[in-house]
Amino acid sequence: MATYILEQSFNPWESISEHQKSTTLHNQFGATATFIGTMRDFNDNETVSAMMLEHYPAMTQHYLEKLINEAKKKWDLLDILIIHRVGNIEPGDPIMLIACWSSHRRASLEACSWLIEELKHRAPFWKKETRINGEYWVEKNTDGL
Amino acid sequence: MSIQVKFFASLKETLNIDDHDIKSATTAGEAWDIATTNAERPDNLLVAINLEYAQFESTVKDGDEIAFFPPVTGG
Repeated sequence: MATYILEQSFNPWESISEHQKSTTLHNQFGATATFIGTMRDFNDNETVSAMMLEHYPAMTQHYLEKLINEAKKKWDLLDILIIHRVGNIEPGDPIMLIACWSSHRRASLEACSWLIEELKHRAPFWKKETRINGEYWVEKNTDGL
Repeated sequence: MSIQVKFFASLKETLNIDDHDIKSATTAGEAWDIATTNAERPDNLLVAINLEYAQFESTVKDGDEIAFFPPVTGG
């Protein structure tokens, strides 16, 4: 189980691969569910040229670990990896990676979906977008539909 | 007695306020009033005490860290 808050861009596919290699999961997992959130270049029908992600470091770390522990209690998971960007982000950059490993698909799929929603509603991150007319704080998350 | 008070994101900009310590408070709501000199509380304001979400009626004690912030928008 691991969580990382990164100020630099990352390659989520390499992160998944490296994490798998670094663990003792070999030949144990039958399912890997992943979610990668990526920065779009638009929001509310406006062009977004850049974004800054602020966070509350101590509480963020606390909540990511808390979510992992809650997910482990809810589902039979072999491993979880969460990576979240902070700082200055450009369109196309990955913002968040959640990967769950389990013996069978249902646990990893359900846990991954649950972790996305819980993180978005509980972990203290805030987005500030740069649009044509200036910088704007994002006031609430989309409903995901 | 000292209580750390932190502000984040749009709230910090709107209030034009830095993190600072206050000498005392009995609740998170009172800590807000003291730290902001009775600024009006935004409707969507959230509060955390020692890294856990709390209520404005929640009690605070010496050494606590209180954070005020708007709704979170990560992910």
